[in-house]
Amino acid sequence: MPPSLPIYMDNASTTRTDPRVVEAMLPYFSEIYGNSASRNHCFGWDAEHAVNTARRQAADLIGAGPKEIIWTSGATESNNLAIKGAARMYAKAPAGESGRGHIITAIHEHKAVIDPCKRLEREGFDVTWLEPGEDGLITRAMIEAALREDTILVTIMWANNELGTINEIPAIGALCHERGVVLHTDATQWVGKMPTNVETDNIDLLSFSGHKIYGPNGVGALYVRRRRPRIRLEAMIDGGGHERGMRSGTLNVAGIVGMGAACALCSAEMDAEGERLFQLRTRLERSLVDSMDVVQINGNIEKRLPHITNISFGFVEGESLMMGIKDIACSSGSACTSASLEPSYVLKALGVGDELAHSSLRLSLGRWTTQEEVDYASLQIREAVEHLRAMSPLYDLHNEGIDISTIEWDAH
Amino acid sequence: MAYSEKVIDHYQAPRNVGSFGKSDEVKERSDIGVGIVGAPECGDVMQLQIKVNDDGVIEDAKFKCFGCGSAIASSSLATEWIKGRTVDDALNIKNTEIVEELSLPPVKIHCSVLAEDSIRHAIADYKKKNDGAGETDSHTSASHNTN
Repeated sequence: MPPSLPIYMDNASTTRTDPRVVEAMLPYFSEIYGNSASRNHCFGWDAEHAVNTARRQAADLIGAGPKEIIWTSGATESNNLAIKGAARMYAKAPAGESGRGHIITAIHEHKAVIDPCKRLEREGFDVTWLEPGEDGLITRAMIEAALREDTILVTIMWANNELGTINEIPAIGALCHERGVVLHTDATQWVGKMPTNVETDNIDLLSFSGHKIYGPNGVGALYVRRRRPRIRLEAMIDGGGHERGMRSGTLNVAGIVGMGAACALCSAEMDAEGERLFQLRTRLERSLVDSMDVVQINGNIEKRLPHITNISFGFVEGESLMMGIKDIACSSGSACTSASLEPSYVLKALGVGDELAHSSLRLSLGRWTTQEEVDYASLQIREAVEHLRAMSPLYDLHNEGIDISTIEWDAH
Repeated sequence: MAYSEKVIDHYQAPRNVGSFGKSDEVKERSDIGVGIVGAPECGDVMQLQIKVNDDGVIEDAKFKCFGCGSAIASSSLATEWIKGRTVDDALNIKNTEIVEELSLPPVKIHCSVLAEDSIRHAIADYKKKNDGAGETDSHTSASHNTN
Protein backbone atom coordinates (compact mmCIF):
# COMPACT_ATOMS: atom_id res chain seq x y z
CA MET A 1 0.00 0.00 0.00
CA PRO A 2 1.44 3.36 -0.93
CA PRO A 3 2.11 5.65 2.00
CA SER A 4 0.15 8.85 2.43
CA LEU A 5 1.92 11.89 1.05
CA PRO A 6 3.86 14.04 1.69
CA ILE A 7 6.46 12.06 3.61
CA TYR A 8 8.43 13.75 6.37
CA MET A 9 12.12 12.83 6.40
CA ASP A 10 13.53 15.96 7.99
CA ASN A 11 13.45 14.95 11.65
CA ALA A 12 16.90 16.42 12.26
CA SER A 13 15.34 19.83 11.53
CA THR A 14 12.38 19.38 13.80
CA THR A 15 10.04 16.63 14.88
CA ARG A 16 6.32 16.33 15.18
CA THR A 17 5.28 16.83 18.79
CA ASP A 18 4.24 13.45 20.15
CA PRO A 19 0.46 13.41 20.79
CA ARG A 20 1.19 12.11 24.30
CA VAL A 21 3.30 15.20 24.87
CA VAL A 22 0.56 17.49 23.59
CA GLU A 23 -1.88 15.83 25.94
CA ALA A 24 0.44 16.37 28.89
CA MET A 25 0.78 20.05 27.99
CA LEU A 26 -2.87 20.93 27.51
CA PRO A 27 -3.89 21.50 31.16
CA TYR A 28 -1.12 24.05 31.50
CA PHE A 29 -2.77 26.37 29.01
CA SER A 30 -6.09 26.36 30.86
CA GLU A 31 -6.54 24.86 34.33
CA ILE A 32 -3.00 25.20 35.65
CA TYR A 33 -1.96 28.59 34.41
CA GLY A 34 -0.06 29.96 37.37
CA ASN A 35 3.37 31.54 37.32
CA SER A 36 5.80 28.98 38.68
CA ALA A 37 7.57 31.79 40.54
CA SER A 38 4.42 32.70 42.51
CA ARG A 39 5.26 31.29 45.88
CA ASN A 40 2.19 32.38 47.80
CA HIS A 41 -0.74 30.61 46.19
CA CYS A 42 -1.69 27.21 44.89
CA PHE A 43 -1.74 28.33 41.25
CA GLY A 44 1.96 29.04 41.52
CA TRP A 45 2.65 25.89 43.54
CA ASP A 46 0.94 23.69 40.95
CA ALA A 47 2.95 25.28 38.16
CA GLU A 48 6.16 24.95 40.13
CA HIS A 49 5.39 21.31 40.86
CA ALA A 50 4.91 20.65 37.15
CA VAL A 51 8.18 22.42 36.30
CA ASN A 52 10.02 20.38 38.90
CA THR A 53 8.61 17.13 37.56
CA ALA A 54 9.77 18.10 34.09
CA ARG A 55 13.16 19.06 35.48
CA ARG A 56 13.49 15.59 36.95
CA GLN A 57 12.44 14.01 33.64
CA ALA A 58 14.98 16.05 31.68
CA ALA A 59 17.72 15.34 34.23
CA ASP A 60 16.97 11.61 34.19
CA LEU A 61 17.38 11.48 30.43
CA ILE A 62 20.99 12.65 30.71
CA GLY A 63 22.00 11.24 34.10
CA ALA A 64 22.07 14.66 35.79
CA GLY A 65 20.54 16.04 38.95
CA PRO A 66 17.42 18.20 38.62
CA LYS A 67 19.18 21.25 40.02
CA GLU A 68 21.61 21.04 37.11
CA ILE A 69 18.91 21.75 34.50
CA ILE A 70 18.45 25.36 33.35
CA TRP A 71 15.40 25.93 31.16
CA THR A 72 15.93 28.03 28.06
CA SER A 73 14.07 28.86 24.87
CA GLY A 74 15.94 26.21 22.90
CA ALA A 75 19.34 24.85 22.03
CA THR A 76 20.51 28.08 20.38
CA GLU A 77 20.00 29.94 23.62
CA SER A 78 21.55 27.08 25.60
CA ASN A 79 24.63 27.21 23.37
CA ASN A 80 24.89 30.98 23.69
CA LEU A 81 24.52 30.85 27.46
CA ALA A 82 27.03 28.03 27.83
CA ILE A 83 29.70 29.40 25.51
CA LYS A 84 29.49 33.12 26.21
CA GLY A 85 28.55 32.57 29.84
CA ALA A 86 31.51 30.28 30.53
CA ALA A 87 34.03 32.29 28.50
CA ARG A 88 33.15 35.54 30.24
CA MET A 89 33.10 33.89 33.67
CA TYR A 90 36.45 32.15 33.23
CA ALA A 91 38.11 34.93 31.22
CA LYS A 92 41.76 35.53 32.08
CA ALA A 93 41.57 39.25 31.40
CA PRO A 94 38.77 41.80 31.66
CA ALA A 95 36.62 42.88 28.75
CA GLY A 96 38.35 45.22 26.35
CA GLU A 97 41.72 43.55 26.74
CA SER A 98 43.28 40.86 24.57
CA GLY A 99 44.51 37.51 25.85
CA ARG A 100 41.26 36.75 27.61
CA GLY A 101 41.64 33.02 27.12
CA HIS A 102 41.63 30.25 24.55
CA ILE A 103 38.60 28.36 23.24
CA ILE A 104 38.58 25.24 21.07
CA THR A 105 35.77 24.44 18.67
CA ALA A 106 35.42 23.04 15.14
CA ILE A 107 34.59 24.51 11.75
CA HIS A 108 31.64 22.21 11.14
CA GLU A 109 29.76 23.00 14.35
CA HIS A 110 26.22 24.35 14.16
CA LYS A 111 25.95 28.09 13.55
CA ALA A 112 24.59 28.45 17.09
CA VAL A 113 28.08 27.51 18.29
CA ILE A 114 30.13 29.11 15.53
CA ASP A 115 28.56 32.54 15.84
CA PRO A 116 28.94 32.86 19.64
CA CYS A 117 32.59 31.77 19.23
CA LYS A 118 33.10 34.42 16.54
CA ARG A 119 31.64 37.03 18.85
CA LEU A 120 34.02 35.95 21.60
CA GLU A 121 36.90 36.23 19.13
CA ARG A 122 35.92 39.86 18.58
CA GLU A 123 35.83 40.31 22.35
CA GLY A 124 39.48 39.31 22.75
CA PHE A 125 39.32 35.53 23.14
CA ASP A 126 41.48 33.26 20.98
CA VAL A 127 39.56 30.56 19.17
CA THR A 128 41.07 27.46 17.57
CA TRP A 129 38.86 26.18 14.77
CA LEU A 130 39.56 22.46 14.40
CA GLU A 131 39.13 20.82 11.02
CA PRO A 132 37.73 17.30 10.97
CA GLY A 133 39.14 14.49 8.90
CA GLU A 134 37.18 13.34 5.88
CA ASP A 135 35.04 11.15 8.14
CA GLY A 136 33.80 14.27 9.92
CA LEU A 137 34.92 13.24 13.41
CA ILE A 138 36.57 15.34 16.10
CA THR A 139 38.75 13.11 18.27
CA ARG A 140 40.40 13.36 21.63
CA ALA A 141 43.78 13.50 19.89
CA MET A 142 42.73 16.58 17.93
CA ILE A 143 41.67 18.36 21.10
CA GLU A 144 44.85 17.28 22.87
CA ALA A 145 46.97 18.79 20.11
CA ALA A 146 45.08 22.06 20.31
CA LEU A 147 45.00 22.49 24.11
CA ARG A 148 47.08 25.35 25.51
CA GLU A 149 48.00 26.67 28.92
CA ASP A 150 45.35 29.36 28.59
CA THR A 151 42.56 27.13 27.22
CA ILE A 152 39.40 27.82 29.19
CA LEU A 153 36.67 26.16 27.15
CA VAL A 154 36.21 23.35 24.65
CA THR A 155 32.91 23.34 22.77
CA ILE A 156 32.35 20.35 20.50
CA MET A 157 29.01 19.00 19.37
CA TRP A 158 28.18 15.43 20.29
CA ALA A 159 26.62 14.48 16.96
CA ASN A 160 26.67 16.55 13.81
CA ASN A 161 23.34 17.82 12.59
CA GLU A 162 24.04 17.42 8.87
CA LEU A 163 25.88 14.10 8.97
CA GLY A 164 24.85 12.42 12.20
CA THR A 165 28.53 11.67 12.86
CA ILE A 166 29.47 11.17 16.52
CA ASN A 167 32.46 12.94 18.05
CA GLU A 168 34.56 11.37 20.82
CA ILE A 169 32.76 13.18 23.59
CA PRO A 170 33.42 10.97 26.63
CA ALA A 171 37.14 10.83 25.77
CA ILE A 172 37.29 14.56 25.08
CA GLY A 173 35.52 15.17 28.39
CA ALA A 174 38.01 13.02 30.28
CA LEU A 175 40.85 14.99 28.72
CA CYS A 176 39.23 18.31 29.60
CA HIS A 177 38.74 17.23 33.19
CA GLU A 178 42.39 16.14 33.43
CA ARG A 179 43.40 19.61 32.23
CA GLY A 180 40.85 21.60 34.19
CA VAL A 181 39.15 22.89 31.06
CA VAL A 182 35.37 23.34 30.81
CA LEU A 183 33.70 21.09 28.23
CA HIS A 184 30.48 22.20 26.58
CA THR A 185 28.73 19.94 24.08
CA ASP A 186 25.87 20.85 21.80
CA ALA A 187 23.95 17.58 22.12
CA THR A 188 20.84 18.72 20.29
CA GLN A 189 20.90 15.82 17.83
CA TRP A 190 22.23 13.29 20.33
CA VAL A 191 20.10 13.57 23.43
CA GLY A 192 16.93 11.53 23.37
CA LYS A 193 18.32 9.33 20.62
CA MET A 194 21.38 7.89 22.36
CA PRO A 195 22.08 6.96 26.00
CA THR A 196 23.61 9.88 27.85
CA ASN A 197 25.21 10.17 31.26
CA VAL A 198 26.88 13.46 32.01
CA GLU A 199 28.83 11.86 34.88
CA THR A 200 30.44 8.96 33.03
CA ASP A 201 30.61 11.00 29.81
CA ASN A 202 32.56 13.76 31.60
CA ILE A 203 30.46 16.71 30.50
CA ASP A 204 30.24 20.11 32.19
CA LEU A 205 27.72 21.90 30.00
CA LEU A 206 25.28 20.22 27.63
CA SER A 207 22.68 21.84 25.37
CA PHE A 208 19.53 20.13 24.21
CA SER A 209 16.19 21.05 22.80
CA GLY A 210 12.53 20.07 23.02
CA HIS A 211 11.53 20.09 19.39
CA LYS A 212 14.21 17.64 18.24
CA ILE A 213 12.91 14.96 20.60
CA TYR A 214 9.18 15.04 19.79
CA GLY A 215 8.54 17.84 22.26
CA PRO A 216 7.37 21.39 21.56
CA ASN A 217 9.27 24.25 19.96
CA GLY A 218 10.53 27.18 22.01
CA VAL A 219 11.86 25.22 24.95
CA GLY A 220 15.28 23.79 25.59
CA ALA A 221 17.65 23.15 28.44
CA LEU A 222 21.22 23.60 29.46
CA TYR A 223 22.83 21.14 31.82
CA VAL A 224 25.22 22.98 34.13
CA ARG A 225 27.45 20.77 36.30
CA ARG A 226 27.13 21.57 40.02
CA ARG A 227 29.82 19.37 41.53
CA ARG A 228 33.34 18.20 40.65
CA PRO A 229 33.74 20.86 39.38
CA ARG A 230 30.98 23.39 39.93
CA ILE A 231 30.54 25.37 36.72
CA ARG A 232 29.62 29.03 36.91
CA LEU A 233 28.21 31.10 34.11
CA GLU A 234 27.71 34.77 33.49
CA ALA A 235 24.01 35.22 32.73
CA MET A 236 22.92 36.73 29.45
CA ILE A 237 19.38 37.58 30.47
CA ASP A 238 19.06 39.52 33.70
CA GLY A 239 15.77 39.96 35.49
CA GLY A 240 13.98 38.15 38.25
CA GLY A 241 16.79 35.74 39.02
CA HIS A 242 14.95 32.66 37.75
CA GLU A 243 16.85 29.45 37.10
CA ARG A 244 19.38 30.14 39.82
CA GLY A 245 20.15 33.52 38.35
CA MET A 246 21.45 32.05 35.12
CA ARG A 247 18.37 32.69 33.03
CA SER A 248 15.77 35.16 34.17
CA GLY A 249 12.27 35.24 32.76
CA THR A 250 8.92 33.71 33.68
CA LEU A 251 9.08 30.04 32.83
CA ASN A 252 7.24 28.64 29.84
CA VAL A 253 5.40 26.13 31.99
CA ALA A 254 3.40 24.37 29.27
CA GLY A 255 6.49 24.10 27.07
CA ILE A 256 8.61 22.83 29.94
CA VAL A 257 5.98 20.24 30.84
CA GLY A 258 6.02 19.16 27.19
CA MET A 259 9.77 18.90 27.09
CA GLY A 260 9.75 16.89 30.31
CA ALA A 261 7.16 14.50 28.92
CA ALA A 262 9.16 14.20 25.70
CA CYS A 263 12.29 13.38 27.72
CA ALA A 264 10.43 10.70 29.69
CA LEU A 265 9.20 9.09 26.46
CA CYS A 266 12.70 9.10 25.02
CA SER A 267 14.11 7.51 28.17
CA ALA A 268 11.56 4.70 27.88
CA GLU A 269 11.60 4.18 24.12
CA MET A 270 15.03 5.23 22.89
CA ASP A 271 16.59 1.78 22.64
CA ALA A 272 13.81 0.17 20.64
CA GLU A 273 13.33 3.29 18.54
CA GLY A 274 17.03 3.55 17.72
CA GLU A 275 17.17 -0.06 16.59
CA ARG A 276 14.07 0.34 14.43
CA LEU A 277 15.38 3.51 12.78
CA PHE A 278 18.78 1.93 12.22
CA GLN A 279 17.12 -0.92 10.31
CA LEU A 280 15.08 1.50 8.23
CA ARG A 281 18.06 3.70 7.43
CA THR A 282 20.13 0.68 6.45
CA ARG A 283 17.35 -0.40 4.11
CA LEU A 284 17.16 3.08 2.60
CA GLU A 285 20.90 3.46 2.10
CA ARG A 286 21.33 -0.02 0.64
CA SER A 287 18.55 0.44 -1.85
CA LEU A 288 20.09 3.69 -3.08
CA VAL A 289 23.74 2.66 -3.08
CA ASP A 290 23.06 -0.71 -4.69
CA SER A 291 20.90 0.64 -7.50
CA MET A 292 23.03 3.54 -8.78
CA ASP A 293 26.64 4.39 -9.48
CA VAL A 294 28.52 7.29 -7.87
CA VAL A 295 26.40 7.46 -4.74
CA GLN A 296 28.38 8.38 -1.65
CA ILE A 297 27.40 8.37 2.01
CA ASN A 298 29.06 11.33 3.70
CA GLY A 299 30.75 11.10 7.08
CA ASN A 300 31.97 8.16 9.11
CA ILE A 301 29.84 5.18 8.20
CA GLU A 302 29.98 3.48 11.61
CA LYS A 303 30.07 6.31 14.12
CA ARG A 304 26.75 7.83 13.18
CA LEU A 305 23.37 8.42 14.76
CA PRO A 306 20.98 5.70 13.60
CA HIS A 307 18.38 7.94 11.97
CA ILE A 308 20.34 10.40 9.82
CA THR A 309 21.88 9.81 6.43
CA ASN A 310 23.69 12.30 4.24
CA ILE A 311 24.08 11.05 0.68
CA SER A 312 25.61 12.61 -2.41
CA PHE A 313 24.34 11.60 -5.82
CA GLY A 314 27.09 12.44 -8.28
CA PHE A 315 26.35 14.66 -11.30
CA VAL A 316 22.96 15.75 -9.95
CA GLU A 317 22.36 19.07 -8.25
CA GLY A 318 20.63 18.84 -4.89
CA GLU A 319 17.94 21.43 -5.31
CA SER A 320 16.80 20.01 -8.62
CA LEU A 321 16.83 16.58 -6.98
CA MET A 322 14.56 17.86 -4.23
CA MET A 323 12.28 19.28 -6.89
CA GLY A 324 11.97 15.77 -8.30
CA ILE A 325 11.04 14.29 -4.94
CA LYS A 326 8.59 16.97 -3.95
CA ASP A 327 6.52 14.55 -1.87
CA ILE A 328 9.49 13.90 0.39
CA ALA A 329 10.50 16.59 2.87
CA CYS A 330 14.24 16.57 3.44
CA SER A 331 17.28 18.87 3.33
CA SER A 332 20.08 19.40 0.86
CA GLY A 333 23.65 20.65 1.13
CA SER A 334 23.16 22.38 -2.18
CA ALA A 335 23.95 26.06 -2.29
CA CYS A 336 20.72 26.71 -4.09
CA THR A 337 18.72 25.72 -1.05
CA SER A 338 20.44 28.33 1.09
CA ALA A 339 20.39 32.08 0.88
CA SER A 340 24.19 32.27 0.77
CA LEU A 341 24.66 30.38 -2.52
CA GLU A 342 27.47 28.47 -0.82
CA PRO A 343 27.26 24.70 -0.59
CA SER A 344 27.17 23.11 2.85
CA TYR A 345 30.13 24.27 4.94
CA VAL A 346 29.87 21.01 6.85
CA LEU A 347 30.44 18.90 3.75
CA LYS A 348 33.20 21.25 2.61
CA ALA A 349 34.86 20.78 6.00
CA LEU A 350 35.07 17.05 5.26
CA GLY A 351 36.76 17.76 1.96
CA VAL A 352 33.74 16.56 0.03
CA GLY A 353 34.21 18.13 -3.40
CA ASP A 354 32.01 21.11 -4.08
CA GLU A 355 30.16 19.31 -6.85
CA LEU A 356 29.33 16.43 -4.50
CA ALA A 357 28.35 18.87 -1.76
CA HIS A 358 25.90 20.41 -4.22
CA SER A 359 24.59 16.91 -4.86
CA SER A 360 23.75 15.92 -1.31
CA LEU A 361 20.54 15.10 0.49
CA ARG A 362 20.10 14.77 4.23
CA LEU A 363 17.32 12.35 5.10
CA SER A 364 16.47 12.02 8.77
CA LEU A 365 13.99 9.42 9.93
CA GLY A 366 11.81 9.65 12.99
CA ARG A 367 9.32 8.08 15.35
CA TRP A 368 6.60 7.72 12.72
CA THR A 369 8.71 6.79 9.70
CA THR A 370 7.49 3.52 8.17
CA GLN A 371 9.11 0.97 5.91
CA GLU A 372 6.58 1.85 3.20
CA GLU A 373 7.73 5.45 3.37
CA VAL A 374 11.36 4.44 3.13
CA ASP A 375 10.70 2.25 0.10
CA TYR A 376 8.63 4.95 -1.56
CA ALA A 377 11.31 7.57 -0.91
CA SER A 378 14.00 5.33 -2.29
CA LEU A 379 12.05 4.77 -5.49
CA GLN A 380 11.30 8.47 -5.92
CA ILE A 381 14.93 9.41 -5.39
CA ARG A 382 16.12 6.83 -7.90
CA GLU A 383 13.67 8.06 -10.52
CA ALA A 384 14.64 11.69 -9.94
CA VAL A 385 18.36 10.93 -10.10
CA GLU A 386 17.87 9.04 -13.38
CA HIS A 387 15.75 11.87 -14.82
CA LEU A 388 18.43 14.42 -13.92
CA ARG A 389 21.41 12.34 -15.00
CA ALA A 390 19.81 11.95 -18.40
CA MET A 391 20.24 15.70 -18.80
CA SER A 392 23.49 16.11 -16.86
CA PRO A 393 26.51 17.12 -18.93
CA LEU A 394 28.70 15.96 -16.04
CA TYR A 395 27.26 12.46 -16.19
CA ASP A 396 28.08 12.35 -19.91
CA LEU A 397 31.67 13.33 -19.18
CA HIS A 398 31.83 10.69 -16.48
CA ASN A 399 30.54 8.06 -18.89
CA GLU A 400 33.10 9.17 -21.49
CA GLY A 401 35.74 8.46 -18.86
CA ILE A 402 36.62 12.11 -18.30
CA ASP A 403 37.41 13.16 -14.75
CA ILE A 404 35.50 16.40 -14.27
CA SER A 405 38.00 17.61 -11.69
CA THR A 406 40.63 17.80 -14.46
CA ILE A 407 38.56 20.23 -16.55
CA GLU A 408 39.17 23.94 -16.35
CA TRP A 409 35.73 25.37 -15.81
CA ASP A 410 34.76 28.80 -16.88
CA ALA A 411 33.44 29.73 -13.45
CA HIS A 412 31.05 32.63 -13.40
CA MET B 1 11.06 28.10 -2.55
CA ALA B 2 8.01 28.01 -4.73
CA TYR B 3 8.62 27.52 -8.43
CA SER B 4 6.53 29.01 -11.19
CA GLU B 5 4.43 26.61 -13.22
CA LYS B 6 6.62 27.20 -16.24
CA VAL B 7 9.77 26.23 -14.34
CA ILE B 8 8.08 23.06 -13.13
CA ASP B 9 6.90 22.29 -16.65
CA HIS B 10 10.42 22.66 -18.11
CA TYR B 11 11.85 20.62 -15.24
CA GLN B 12 9.41 17.77 -15.73
CA ALA B 13 9.43 17.82 -19.51
CA PRO B 14 12.63 19.55 -20.60
CA ARG B 15 12.72 20.48 -24.29
CA ASN B 16 15.60 19.46 -26.52
CA VAL B 17 17.65 17.53 -24.01
CA GLY B 18 20.65 15.84 -25.51
CA SER B 19 23.63 16.44 -27.73
CA PHE B 20 24.74 15.95 -31.32
CA GLY B 21 27.43 13.51 -30.28
CA LYS B 22 30.26 13.06 -27.87
CA SER B 23 32.42 16.05 -27.06
CA ASP B 24 35.29 15.03 -29.37
CA GLU B 25 32.89 14.25 -32.24
CA VAL B 26 31.11 17.59 -32.19
CA LYS B 27 34.45 19.36 -31.92
CA GLU B 28 35.17 18.27 -35.50
CA ARG B 29 31.89 19.50 -36.92
CA SER B 30 31.83 23.06 -38.18
CA ASP B 31 28.02 23.17 -38.41
CA ILE B 32 27.82 22.75 -34.66
CA GLY B 33 28.65 25.27 -32.00
CA VAL B 34 29.12 24.26 -28.39
CA GLY B 35 28.85 26.42 -25.31
CA ILE B 36 29.70 25.04 -21.88
CA VAL B 37 29.37 27.55 -19.05
CA GLY B 38 29.37 27.41 -15.28
CA ALA B 39 31.32 25.11 -13.02
CA PRO B 40 30.44 22.07 -10.94
CA GLU B 41 31.64 23.71 -7.74
CA CYS B 42 29.22 26.58 -8.37
CA GLY B 43 26.38 24.10 -8.62
CA ASP B 44 25.53 24.70 -12.24
CA VAL B 45 26.95 23.69 -15.60
CA MET B 46 25.09 24.31 -18.84
CA GLN B 47 26.00 22.77 -22.14
CA LEU B 48 24.30 24.13 -25.24
CA GLN B 49 24.88 22.77 -28.72
CA ILE B 50 23.52 24.50 -31.78
CA LYS B 51 23.30 23.08 -35.27
CA VAL B 52 23.46 25.80 -37.91
CA ASN B 53 22.42 25.36 -41.53
CA ASP B 54 23.94 26.91 -44.63
CA ASP B 55 21.76 30.00 -44.24
CA GLY B 56 23.14 30.74 -40.79
CA VAL B 57 19.90 29.62 -39.17
CA ILE B 58 19.95 27.55 -35.99
CA GLU B 59 17.94 24.59 -37.16
CA ASP B 60 18.35 22.53 -34.04
CA ALA B 61 19.61 22.96 -30.49
CA LYS B 62 20.31 20.56 -27.65
CA PHE B 63 21.10 21.19 -24.04
CA LYS B 64 22.35 19.41 -20.97
CA CYS B 65 22.29 20.98 -17.56
CA PHE B 66 23.61 20.23 -14.10
CA GLY B 67 21.89 22.69 -11.85
CA CYS B 68 18.79 23.68 -9.98
CA GLY B 69 15.30 23.62 -11.46
CA SER B 70 15.59 27.24 -12.57
CA ALA B 71 18.85 26.50 -14.38
CA ILE B 72 17.30 23.54 -16.15
CA ALA B 73 14.26 25.59 -17.12
CA SER B 74 16.42 28.50 -18.34
CA SER B 75 18.49 26.30 -20.62
CA SER B 76 15.48 24.36 -21.84
CA LEU B 77 13.73 27.61 -22.68
CA ALA B 78 16.85 28.92 -24.40
CA THR B 79 16.82 25.99 -26.83
CA GLU B 80 13.21 26.70 -27.69
CA TRP B 81 13.86 30.36 -28.32
CA ILE B 82 16.96 30.03 -30.47
CA LYS B 83 15.66 27.35 -32.80
CA GLY B 84 14.73 28.88 -36.13
CA ARG B 85 16.63 32.09 -35.49
CA THR B 86 19.78 33.16 -37.28
CA VAL B 87 22.88 33.08 -35.12
CA ASP B 88 22.92 36.87 -35.01
CA ASP B 89 19.28 37.12 -34.06
CA ALA B 90 19.82 34.57 -31.29
CA LEU B 91 22.39 36.90 -29.77
CA ASN B 92 19.57 39.35 -29.12
CA ILE B 93 18.06 37.10 -26.46
CA LYS B 94 18.52 38.76 -23.10
CA ASN B 95 18.58 37.08 -19.74
CA THR B 96 15.91 39.48 -18.52
CA GLU B 97 13.47 37.99 -21.02
CA ILE B 98 14.17 34.54 -19.55
CA VAL B 99 13.64 35.91 -16.04
CA GLU B 100 10.32 37.34 -17.10
CA GLU B 101 9.12 34.29 -18.99
CA LEU B 102 9.93 31.92 -16.13
CA SER B 103 9.08 34.35 -13.29
CA LEU B 104 12.48 33.71 -11.71
CA PRO B 105 13.03 35.19 -8.25
CA PRO B 106 16.07 37.46 -7.69
CA VAL B 107 18.25 34.64 -6.28
CA LYS B 108 17.78 32.72 -9.52
CA ILE B 109 18.70 35.50 -11.94
CA HIS B 110 22.17 33.99 -12.32
CA CYS B 111 20.52 30.96 -13.94
CA SER B 112 19.18 33.17 -16.71
CA VAL B 113 22.57 34.86 -17.08
CA LEU B 114 24.13 31.46 -17.48
CA ALA B 115 21.61 30.55 -20.18
CA GLU B 116 22.38 33.75 -22.07
CA ASP B 117 26.09 33.03 -21.69
CA SER B 118 25.65 29.53 -23.05
CA ILE B 119 23.98 30.96 -26.18
CA ARG B 120 26.86 33.43 -26.65
CA HIS B 121 29.49 30.76 -26.12
CA ALA B 122 27.84 28.32 -28.51
CA ILE B 123 27.57 30.97 -31.22
CA ALA B 124 31.13 32.14 -30.62
CA ASP B 125 32.31 28.54 -30.95
CA TYR B 126 30.36 28.13 -34.16
CA LYS B 127 31.80 31.34 -35.58
CA LYS B 128 35.31 30.43 -34.52
CA LYS B 129 35.06 27.10 -36.29
CA ASN B 130 34.01 28.96 -39.37
CA ASP B 131 37.17 31.04 -39.61
CA GLY B 132 35.93 33.57 -37.17
CA ALA B 133 34.39 35.32 -40.16
CA GLY B 134 31.55 37.78 -39.91
CA GLU B 135 27.92 36.79 -40.03
CA THR B 136 27.41 37.23 -43.78
CA ASP B 137 29.94 34.68 -44.96
CA SER B 138 29.85 32.28 -42.03
CA HIS B 139 27.58 29.82 -43.82
CA THR B 140 29.87 29.55 -46.82
CA SER B 141 32.88 28.67 -44.73
CA ALA B 142 30.72 26.24 -42.78
CA SER B 143 29.77 24.35 -45.93
CA HIS B 144 33.35 24.57 -47.12
CA ASN B 145 34.69 23.01 -43.96
CA THR B 146 32.25 20.15 -43.92
CA ASN B 147 33.13 19.15 -47.50
